[in-house]
Amino acid sequence: MTMRPILEIKSISKKFRISSTREPYLSIRDQVRKWARFESSTKEDFWALQDISYDVMPGESIGIIGRNGAGKSTLLKILSRITPPTSGKVISRARIASLLEVGTGFHPELTGRENIFLNGSILGMKKAEITKQFDQIVDFAGTEQFLDTPLKHYSSGMQLRLAFAVAAFLEPEILIVDEVLAVGDAEFQRKCLGKMEDISSSGRTLLFVSHNMSAVTSMCKSVMVIEKGKQVFMGPSQQGTELYLNMGNSYDELGGRLEFVHQPNPHIRSIEFRCDGMLSSTLYMNCSFELSVHFVAPKPLEYPVLGVIIYDSLNTPVLYFNNKNYAGNLFEKPADEGTIVMRVPALPLMSGMYSLDVHFGNLFSDFEVKRNIIRFRVEPRPINEKGEMLLEKFNKFFIQNIEWGHK
Amino acid sequence: MNGQSDIVFEIKPQKVFSLGVRELVEYRELFYFLSWRDIKVKYKETVLGFFWVILQPVIFTLIFSMFLGKSFRQESVGMSYPVFVSSGLMVWLLFSSGLTNAGNSMITNAAIIKKIYFPRLIIPITSILVSVFDFFIMFMLFLVLLFIYPTTIDGMQALMFWPTALLLTVIGTFGPGCLLAALNIKYRDFRYVIPFLVQALLFLTPVIYPADILGSTWRKYLLAFNPMYAPISLFRMPITTAPLDTTLLCISIGSSLILFVIGLLYFKSTERYFADLA
Repeated sequence: MTMRPILEIKSISKKFRISSTREPYLSIRDQVRKWARFESSTKEDFWALQDISYDVMPGESIGIIGRNGAGKSTLLKILSRITPPTSGKVISRARIASLLEVGTGFHPELTGRENIFLNGSILGMKKAEITKQFDQIVDFAGTEQFLDTPLKHYSSGMQLRLAFAVAAFLEPEILIVDEVLAVGDAEFQRKCLGKMEDISSSGRTLLFVSHNMSAVTSMCKSVMVIEKGKQVFMGPSQQGTELYLNMGNSYDELGGRLEFVHQPNPHIRSIEFRCDGMLSSTLYMNCSFELSVHFVAPKPLEYPVLGVIIYDSLNTPVLYFNNKNYAGNLFEKPADEGTIVMRVPALPLMSGMYSLDVHFGNLFSDFEVKRNIIRFRVEPRPINEKGEMLLEKFNKFFIQNIEWGHK
Repeated sequence: MNGQSDIVFEIKPQKVFSLGVRELVEYRELFYFLSWRDIKVKYKETVLGFFWVILQPVIFTLIFSMFLGKSFRQESVGMSYPVFVSSGLMVWLLFSSGLTNAGNSMITNAAIIKKIYFPRLIIPITSILVSVFDFFIMFMLFLVLLFIYPTTIDGMQALMFWPTALLLTVIGTFGPGCLLAALNIKYRDFRYVIPFLVQALLFLTPVIYPADILGSTWRKYLLAFNPMYAPISLFRMPITTAPLDTTLLCISIGSSLILFVIGLLYFKSTERYFADLA
């Protein structure tokens, strides 16, 4: 008998209605106003996903990649039964556990021990299973001495380790994981990736959304590339990741401006890249690089904070800018809309591929994090008026215009 | 092998309506952990802990007894007034706190709803269970009160009617609770409606006054549409000599059951979109 797919995804589509109001929920006032004036609906439809199909075979590991807002998370939410599709259907022949976030349901007032049980139970583990694996979970998290301390006294790193440890001991036939590895220190990330590789090599089925291409290629035989809600590629992971990385270059077509209109409640509305003052798609070594982020907030913000992280092609963070630490409050009055401009007078990056994360929030927390919003290439350019080029062989990461002399 | 038999579940745009009782049973441990979380957090966050649960009925009983006790003679209520009012208050507080908690439950648990699947009904049911837990604490205090104000208790009736009253209160809380929970997630206006509703309903419930003061007018029948009329009357049965009006009782139970069905159906028909709206 031929093996049947463990998960059949049959032309799934998902439509969101974007209302002109800023909140996804309705107020009765708006409803009444609409009825009273016979107003036609001001909502517009937005297809977050269109016609996604794939049969997942038992034991298969699939990476799902695509840029922010491409629809990856929506797909995972449909497969996790959190939100229904608008059309199409999914047939599952096994239990699915999904991990769209680490530490779902963690409560700061409860102790580490209590949170292990609560979180495990929310993730669908039986009490007996948790009890059986309790010691291993604690061991993996490395938080033994704080077991009876309320979670609110844990450092964020410790909370994260504990959360991942609980999830790591889930044993469903199908596991869905969304970008949970983008957090934590390097050593912990390695530990998590190791655990995920164990899962995929132990014959369980894994669906994995990530921006970490090396993790995707090492863990998944095939990848699905999603772009603007459509499935643009499904096949071997090597080919897929290459396609995705090249798609990043379609930044050229964007002309240096990214808009985020079709996201439900975005804070970040648009991002502009300028090279030497011009809206530009190509950056040059030593150019004057300017990033402007236009934001809209539901409530005026006392202290809007923008953070920018630039990663090299191996996903190592190389530059980090943040107005909280380095500049202070940029706005005199609380602002519910505005543009934060960050300028690097001479971009000290060597030629090569880079990617960029943008964080937006206030003094205390991030409201919106856009990971890997863009992959861009920094082109080589003479570093001074004399037209001297830097030797790429000896300059891996940084360039610096140095003044020379003799005494 | 039969082609359909191995399907664990299907995800489709329209779901075949089912109450999902089997699924609720499967997730029974989550009921336990979520109720345990709410109870634990409630008592951990406050210094006085359990004291708060009994403080509210005690203070209310004192206030009502001091200022209203004289207006209702022993004959009209069938027992001493503090016993009368506290017996009603217990049921009422279970209803009002259960309704408030359930009504806000989907909003307070939005973070979980957006990230993980489980039968959504667990959330409002859990919030009502927490109120039931508080009820038992108040009930102990009530038993003490029965000794302070010597009351003749019909033991058989107590065994029969007290559990029935508790069950009816839970049923009567569940319907409106689920309805408000589902409405609250769609229309945030309901967060202002809930406290107002609870306050208004207190005056429409025979907690602090006996239903008899209304005489045999139509008002008495109108009052009986309140789902809490039946459990409060039943709860007082073992300690009163006043006869039970079965017509009014049936009206109240009927209204409670209708609300139960409406609340459940509305909740089930909208629950799939909670994650999009929350």
